[in-house]
Formats: sequence, C-alpha cells, structure tokens
Amino acid sequence: MSSAAQTSQQTSQDLLLALAGITKRFGPLIANDAIDLTVHKGEIVALLGENGAGKTTLMNILFGHYVADEGTVTVAARDGNLEQLEPGAPQAALDAGIGMVHQHFTLAENLTGLDNIVLGTEPIFRLRRDRTKARAKLAELMAGSGLNVDLDQPVHKLTVGEKQRVEILKALYRDARLLVLDEPTAVLTPQEADSLFAVLRKLAQNGLAVIIIAHKLAEVLAVSHRIAVLRGGKKVGEMMTSDADHRSIAELMVGREVPVSRRIAREPGQPVLTLSDVTIDRGDSRRSLHGVSITAHEGEILGIAGVSGNGQAALAQLIAGLDKPDHGSVEIFGQKVEKFDAHQFAQNGIARIPEDRHHDGMVGSMTVAENIAIEDVRNAGYQKFGFLDFEAIRKRAEHAITDYDVRCPGPDAPARLLSGGNIQKLILARVLEKSPKLILANQPSRGLDVGAQSEVHRRLLEARQNGAAVILISEDLDELLTISDQIAVIHAGHITPAMATDTIDRSELGLMMAGQKKTHHAPTNQKTTTHSGETA
Amino acid sequence: MIRFEPRANPGPVLTYGVPVIAAAIAILLAAIPLALADAPIIRAYGLMISGAFGSVFSISEMLTRATPLILTGLAAAIAFRAKLWNIGAEGQLYMGAMAAVAIGSGVIDGPSWIMIPVVMIAGAIAGALMLIGPTLMKTRLGVDEVVTTLLLNFIVLLFVQMMLEGALKDPMSMGWPQSEPIIDSAVFPPLIERMRVHFGLIIALVSAIALAVFVKRTVWGFEIRAVGENAAAAKFAGISVTKTMILVAALSGGLAGLAGVAEVAGTRGYLATDLSPGYGYAGIVVAMLARLSPVGVIASALFVASVFVGADSMSRAIGVSSYLADLIVAMALLCVLIGGFLTRFTVHFDRKTAG
Repeated sequence: MSSAAQTSQQTSQDLLLALAGITKRFGPLIANDAIDLTVHKGEIVALLGENGAGKTTLMNILFGHYVADEGTVTVAARDGNLEQLEPGAPQAALDAGIGMVHQHFTLAENLTGLDNIVLGTEPIFRLRRDRTKARAKLAELMAGSGLNVDLDQPVHKLTVGEKQRVEILKALYRDARLLVLDEPTAVLTPQEADSLFAVLRKLAQNGLAVIIIAHKLAEVLAVSHRIAVLRGGKKVGEMMTSDADHRSIAELMVGREVPVSRRIAREPGQPVLTLSDVTIDRGDSRRSLHGVSITAHEGEILGIAGVSGNGQAALAQLIAGLDKPDHGSVEIFGQKVEKFDAHQFAQNGIARIPEDRHHDGMVGSMTVAENIAIEDVRNAGYQKFGFLDFEAIRKRAEHAITDYDVRCPGPDAPARLLSGGNIQKLILARVLEKSPKLILANQPSRGLDVGAQSEVHRRLLEARQNGAAVILISEDLDELLTISDQIAVIHAGHITPAMATDTIDRSELGLMMAGQKKTHHAPTNQKTTTHSGETA
Repeated sequence: MIRFEPRANPGPVLTYGVPVIAAAIAILLAAIPLALADAPIIRAYGLMISGAFGSVFSISEMLTRATPLILTGLAAAIAFRAKLWNIGAEGQLYMGAMAAVAIGSGVIDGPSWIMIPVVMIAGAIAGALMLIGPTLMKTRLGVDEVVTTLLLNFIVLLFVQMMLEGALKDPMSMGWPQSEPIIDSAVFPPLIERMRVHFGLIIALVSAIALAVFVKRTVWGFEIRAVGENAAAAKFAGISVTKTMILVAALSGGLAGLAGVAEVAGTRGYLATDLSPGYGYAGIVVAMLARLSPVGVIASALFVASVFVGADSMSRAIGVSSYLADLIVAMALLCVLIGGFLTRFTVHFDRKTAG
C-alpha cells in the first residue's frame, strides 16, 4: 500500500472516533488497560491481537454492550463536533453511525437480502410497502462501492461472500460512518477475500472509516493503513502499515519470538487410510461426499483444502467413526472397516481432533483430568470392576498438563475454565499421548492465536516424523501450504486427487476451492483416480 | 441498567448455602398468605413445626411421607442429569406398585428375606420398562420424551383402574376398587413399634447414597455425566449415547417403581388409585431443590415432607387451607432457581450517566 501512508496523514479535522484511556476490569482480570485508539475518516485500522488480548472487550465497549470502568468514547457528530458517546447504550452507538459486521452473520436465512437490509428500519404499521426509495439508495451504495449482490434472492441461496456483502450493505444502509468487521476473511476463499479488500479500499476512499479485527497478518498488511496491536489488555504497539513487517508484528502480538514450523523431508511409507469411491448422501452438500477416493500414507500430512461447508464435515465424521459410507469402502491399516464405531476407532489408534473443540471436544463441567481420559475410561488401566481409578486418571492428567503445557488451575479444575488454545492442547494431549498411527485433524488451529497455532503445527509435524499419517482438514491456506506434504481440494462433496504441496500454485488452489477444474499438471505421487462429476 | 456477569467459580459456601437460604426465605414468605387469611402467624409457624417434628409420631409421619419423595426425587435427579426429561415418575410409581401387588398378594409365598427383595425387583423392573419404551422412541425416532412420559401417566392410571375393577380386584373389598392386600411376608416391617415409618426409608437412603457413589465413581456414572453435560462431545469420544440413555431410563424408572413398591408394601398394604398424591410430580421438585444431587435429594425430600406434614397439621388446628403447603414448596423452588442463578452470576447495578 504505497497510498496507505498518504491517505492516513489525517488532520484532526477528519477525526471520527477516539477511544481514550479505556480500562475494563472483570474481577481481578484487566481486559482493557488504558487503551487509546483513534480512527479517521477514510482510514482502515487493523486491530490485531491474540485471543484474550482484549479486542472483543474493546469493541463491546464501543458498541455500548459493556461500560468501561475508566476512559471515554468520543465520536465526531455529523456536523463535525466531537461528542462523548453515552456509555452502555447500544442505540447511541448505532445513532452515531457505528456499524458492525459480525464473524457469524446475523441474517434471517429465509428472507431476501433486501428484506434483511431494511428489516428494522421500516415502520411496523403501514398500509403498503414502498421500497423504491430503499432500492434506489442501495443501488447507489452498490455502484459506489462495488458491493454487488442480488438482493431479491433469499439469503440461504447466497454464497458466504455474498452474505457478507449483504451484511456490509446493511450497515451502510443505516448510514454507518465507521464499520467494524470481526475476522471478516475467516469464511472466505482467497479470491473472495481479495474482492472484499477491494471493496473496503473503495469505501475508505469514499470517506468510510473501517476497523478490522484480525489475526491473519498477511491480510492485515495488504489492506490496512494503520495497525494497532493489543496484548494482554494493553496496546503494545501502533504503526503505519507501510512501516510494518510480518515478523515484527507477530512478535508484538505474542510477546516473544514465534517458532516457524517447517517440514523435514521424509519418505512417505505404507498407506494407512484409503477411501475408495466413497459416497455419503445426506441430502445437503455440507454433509455429503460423492465418489471420494483418497489415500493417506505413513509419515505424511495430507491436507484437505476447501471452503467451509463443502463436505468436510462428512469426511471428518467418516474418519472419526461417527458415520458410515453409503457406497464404497474404507480401509484402515490395510483392513477394510466393517464397523464404524467411534469407540473402536479411538481404541485402534486413530487420533481424532474435532472441528468444534468446545462443542465436540470437551465436557465443560467435568474436570480436566476426566476430559483427558474420556476416550479410555473403559480400559483396564483406568477402572477396576467398573469403579474409576482416579489415581491413574489424575496421574495421566498431570503428565499431560506438563508435557503439553495446558494452562489450567489443576487436573481437578472444570474444563470450561480453559481458554480455546488450552482446550486444544488438552485434546492434543488426549489423543496424541497414545502414539496414534492415523490422525484426523479437523480445523486444528482455527481461532487459535499465533503461539497456540505453532504449537499445534509442531505437534502434528512431530507425529508425522514418528510415522503417523495425518489428515489435515483446513480452510487456512497458509497452514496447509506450510505443513502438508500433499494437498487435495474438496468442493461440493468431491475431492480432487492429491497434489504435492511444492508443485501447487496458491491462486490455482483458490480457484479449485471455488469449484473450478484444475487446468494443468498431473497429480504426483498418487495414482490417478477417475473423477466424475467435478463441477466446472 | 442491571447487568449479569458470570462468576468464575462459585465456592462451596454458595453452592450448598443457597438452597438452604432459599428454603428459609420460602417459609418466611408463607407469612404473607397466612396474614391474608387472618391467621395468627406465629402460632401457625409453631403448629407447622410441631406438626412435623413435635413428637415421635409426627417425625414418623414426616419420614413416611419423605420415603417415596426420596425415591421419586432420585428418579428425577438421575434422569435430568442425563437430560432425559422423565415427567412420568407418577406412572412408573403406579406400575411398580401394581407389579408388587401382582406378585406379592399371594401368587407366591416364602419367607420375608425372599419376598421383600422379590416384590422390590418386580416393581423396579416394571417401572424401568415404563421408561425404557419412551427412551427408545426418543433415541431412535426423536420422539419428545416429555410428551410421551407425561401422557403415559394418565394411561397408566386408567390401566390401574381397569385392573382394580378386574383381574386385581379384591373380592373381599365390598365393591371398593382396590387390590388384594400384600401378604404379610412381603410387607415392609415398621422401623418403630406401632408407627408408620417403615423399611422403605432405609431402602430410599441406601439408594441415594448408592446412586451418589455410582454417578461419581463408576465408569457408567462417568458416561452418564458426560452424555448429560455434552452429548455431542460424549458421542465424539466414543460413548454410546443410546446405551447410556437406556441405562439412565432403567435406573430412573426403577427408582420410581420402587417408590410405588414402598407405598403398597410399606404404607398402604394394598393398591388403590389414590395411592400417590402426586409423588411422581413432587419428585421433580425435590430433585430440582437438590440441584440434582442424589445426597441432596435426601435433604430436600425431608424439607418437602415436613412442609406437607406440618402444613396439614396446622390447617387442621386453625382452619387454614393445607394448600399453603403447595404454596411454600412452589416458592421454595422459585427461590432455589433464583438462588441458583445468583450463584452463577454476579449482578451489577449501573447508574446511567447522562450522555
């Protein structure tokens, strides 16, 4: 962004928002510690930080969901005068022109885009509905920003990227002058993310102020003018994007040097998991697979790239032993699987890391120790005549807590007290401790901060080095390109043949994730399987 | 503006103290309806206390009332722990009672140490079967167990009526719809000479402690807790949700069935359609007051029983309706629910600063 520096040389005339000395305490925890942040008209500010750094708390204070213990929120009124925003009043924030696009969209799926946008702005009692004005205003907004989307389609028919456009239009329609986007690229393909950035740049040129909450550094560097970094509730750094580089921001966020994950070359061994022409038809594409054939080998990480909701869930359920194929066969360790049973799978040396670690990965009210032993309580080492051997369960937990650096009050603390990163470490401890031969890692680092992410990668690479086959389902291309040996792309329930990571071009991968057929070079190191019905 | 913020970890004082305080508040609140009824408030409280604890007889009556409440309370507690919403303890109680009568009124005979376990097992199995059906329908077909178990209560009661007019009718009852009496060797012996409190109380207390140990310390209890707290995670970890649910159904229905056995073999001696004044439903309240803790069920059943027995005796003495007892129990439940909320959250009152 060479223009970035210029556009943000703002005068105080253009000041739109000023957070001054914001402090928020939750009991002994200081979530925000005297944070200052300013945003000017036409400026894109990236708010960076690990989970728990205080980004969400700060935004909740801005929107009036929380009341700050100290500090003020000042917004330039439409006439240019600076006015203090009433604390704890969401309506005041809306009236001041602050709009938010949440990571999880807040759209009514069965209504059209237009309905969703005007919802709440029309009077409830009216004789007839007149939307010509609304349409005209939206047409103008679309033309000015490039936010093109068919507003007469019901929202459930739109792609994720289009839904996000509807969300942004919704905020703009309400005359937002400051737009806050929470992790906006988490659900997008790289191409969709690029077009989102183009839209944001255009909006900023037209005078909109934007705050992006993010933790993917590359994107932040590409789109923002200025970067503010939070860590442990404090603002630890602020810089113009033009002066920033990847490494220095990462270290600011984490507060220490971040180890870089690297694959050590290794010859793959025997096939461990082979799916042959597997079809699972559950009616919707999210939960269906069509004629899928893939093979994972010993000492190899097989990445499955794809945009969320393209059948990853079905693949994961199958490998976790929670679902069985309608057609086709599954071979694990050279034997055809007859009985799909999660307990058997876990006992046979398949490590399963669930996609939603809070929902599927732990029982919050049970202790850390119980959660670590949950797959094995029926085994001889952990029970005698049906009575749990708490000594053994506790001992295992103590080892796991030290070996995997699970930060928790102790083995007897309820698991719900753990942060997301520590829950993931708990799950890694549960499944990797048993030296599994096959690992299903479904979005293992999603939502984790840089430090925890690199820990997950290190563990997976270590298991690979020890000869495990790893199936890595991920939406994060950087992750896939960094640690996978082979990458296959899943789209609408179809999986392409695997390609060696070194031969893959990033933008081509993005196109394949969007469903476009691969144009050239043959798959390597993998027998070519017939592939019917791949959408073009 | 009022805001609620979650407490990190409520301590034991809060966890155990709140239900006690809630119960005390509920009893104090009873002064309002007493005052509205123009009753002498202090005397009314005095009568209630002496009615429940004033003599060996009143304590015996209170414990007799507590016996089925402990068992149905445990039935609700174990089911609710696993998120199996068993509203059918009343029907399971009657099925248990009917099984006990069918086997224990002369079909077979033997010494007490055989007959008592036999009627208990028969009643528990009958109660368990009554809940396993709806549970299978829930796990296999997704049929809501709240609806099925609730409606089964009415079906069972009508079925009992039919049997009491037919196969189980006592020919010596002069036309009253009641069953033949339980034979002497199957009757639960009284714990105190010439008092009604009976062996069923021991069964109830042992059941509560055994259930507490079962839930906390065994593999099956572990699986019940896991399924109840997060069925998705339990399933992912390889625990069979269906099998666990059926085990819970057997335990819950069995305990409710035992309550029926205790009532026919310990208190009444025969089966009639007025055997239970709603013990099955009251068990839900008992379990909720105890926050689903099996040992806590003992305390909350004693509380509910003493309120009922005390209010009964008060209403006889000063002519205030004994519905007051229902009122106190209902208020106690509300107080415990509010108290439970306050243990999990702290409340902040913000003064609105003008903008």
